[in-house]
Amino acid sequence: MNCKMNLTPEEQGILNGEQGETMQKVMRSLVMYGDAFGAKRFVPVTGKGHLVTSFGISVLKPVFSIMDELIAAGLKVDETFTVDPRPLDYENVKCNPLEKLIFNKMMYGMQDPYEEQLKKLGLKSDKAFTCTCYMDEVGNEPKKGDVLSWAESSAVVYANSVLGARCNRNSGIIELFGSILGKVPEFDLLTGEGRRAKWIVEVKTSKKPEAQILGSAIGMKVMEDVPFIKGLDKFIGTTLGDAAKAYLKDMGAATASNGAVGLYHVENLTPEAVESGGSLVQDDAKVYVIDDAELERVRGSYPNVWKKPGAQPSRCFIGCPHLSFAQLGEWTGRFESELKKQGRQKVSLSTVLTAAPEVLERFQRENKAAYDKLLSFGVKLSSICPLMYMNNPLCGKKPVVTNSNKLRTYTSARYFTDDEIAQIAVKGGF
Amino acid sequence: MAKTFKGRPVVAGKIDKGDAVVSHFGVNTLASFQKSALKKTSEVICSDQNNPDLFEKNLTKKVVCLPKTIGSTTGGMVLYTVCALGIAPAAMLFSETIDSLAAAGVILSEVWTDNTIVAVDGLGQEFLDYVKDGMKITVNEDGVVSVDNN
Repeated sequence: MNCKMNLTPEEQGILNGEQGETMQKVMRSLVMYGDAFGAKRFVPVTGKGHLVTSFGISVLKPVFSIMDELIAAGLKVDETFTVDPRPLDYENVKCNPLEKLIFNKMMYGMQDPYEEQLKKLGLKSDKAFTCTCYMDEVGNEPKKGDVLSWAESSAVVYANSVLGARCNRNSGIIELFGSILGKVPEFDLLTGEGRRAKWIVEVKTSKKPEAQILGSAIGMKVMEDVPFIKGLDKFIGTTLGDAAKAYLKDMGAATASNGAVGLYHVENLTPEAVESGGSLVQDDAKVYVIDDAELERVRGSYPNVWKKPGAQPSRCFIGCPHLSFAQLGEWTGRFESELKKQGRQKVSLSTVLTAAPEVLERFQRENKAAYDKLLSFGVKLSSICPLMYMNNPLCGKKPVVTNSNKLRTYTSARYFTDDEIAQIAVKGGF
Repeated sequence: MAKTFKGRPVVAGKIDKGDAVVSHFGVNTLASFQKSALKKTSEVICSDQNNPDLFEKNLTKKVVCLPKTIGSTTGGMVLYTVCALGIAPAAMLFSETIDSLAAAGVILSEVWTDNTIVAVDGLGQEFLDYVKDGMKITVNEDGVVSVDNN
């Protein structure tokens, strides 16, 4: 094939088929991908891989065929990789027999064979299923400047913005190919120019904005562009500690799902903003001012798409993206306080907190008192992907509440702030 | 009478008088295609309630005219899957520069299936303003798109 990218002799050899037909197709896919975006060359991937496709959904048979072909050709990822959360957890997220039938027969019937394929391609372990692979406990935290081949939108935006790694907003499968080749085409967020901001976002609220609504507002306005956010350090500080990281994780996931943001800078806080300051902003950058009224307007725009809009909720999901160790502790305190306020012992609504398997293990091990308290409140802990669960047409029709703007965007779940969610979960309704 | 527009072929191919289906909004690939794929139907009926231009319209073998695709980063895999199943659009014509998810979808389809989704991008806002549902569209391998309004 004719390509515009400049290839090394080794890369050209792969494209010519010298490492077999399957590797040739992997290379051809990546070269076409690079050509589409004006990439001049490949650059080495320096961080571990992470895959967005964690679910053995039967309709993706053609994807499983690619995996089979890769495995048959003896191809795999050089280093181990992590993957998004599993779609099911019957122990902690109960389903009725009909829902199970749909999950097992129509939807995720390929889960076991798919996980076998992942192992053959280099899956890190049975516990490597989370959208927050960058948590300390999980062990897939890129370093500043690392080049990545990821696709999970919430992880890409976190790695780029909070960790200073470099990753484009790739699609599933393409990210696997990059990890197999060990190289990705260099364009957009992998370049210095592509990381400069086209928007200045001025936060002028009277109090710390809800991370999920702020991210939603920014995403809807800037779509795929890079924003430089001013005025947020006043509320979340200038140090990337646990609280700031958790805030940015949730805000970033909302920018990526309500828009298509792959990178944001926060003045005086995120690594490149601290390093380069205002020089990261393009001369012709547009300005978006966010005040209390704007946040109210954005929140007011969320439709109620429950089948029965006036219904009471039947389930609550907290943790999309998965919660951090510190957030699990915070939620314990929030529920304890709300239970006391309402004079109750347990939550009245089926409530699930989700976090990575290794984060939950650490929580049980190192904060046993809070872990036991949460369970005594009737709250379930799980590593499920709530979004995958809600994709079941029967589950998707249920009135679900959440504090996640990503879950709200992709499903019928209704969004409420953290404090509102605690109140609703304890009371069992509105 | 035909009006022509020049774009960039991302996946080159020829389409002769295909039926246009037009979205003035970003097309959410997962939301649009997933339901039909799950039901294993012989045609994709767009299931994205948030896209009034495409909702409940047949997209199979049509020439879908759009600004870009949006939504989940599984989008590329979903496009590839419907192409492998033989129920994809015949072509996708983008008024803007193609996005990374759509690019992945049409490229995976081209390389890993026997089918093709012809893709041309950069056709401009004038193209999207001009083209209407049902108009006949001819696409050449060089990215020239001819829209017949008869």
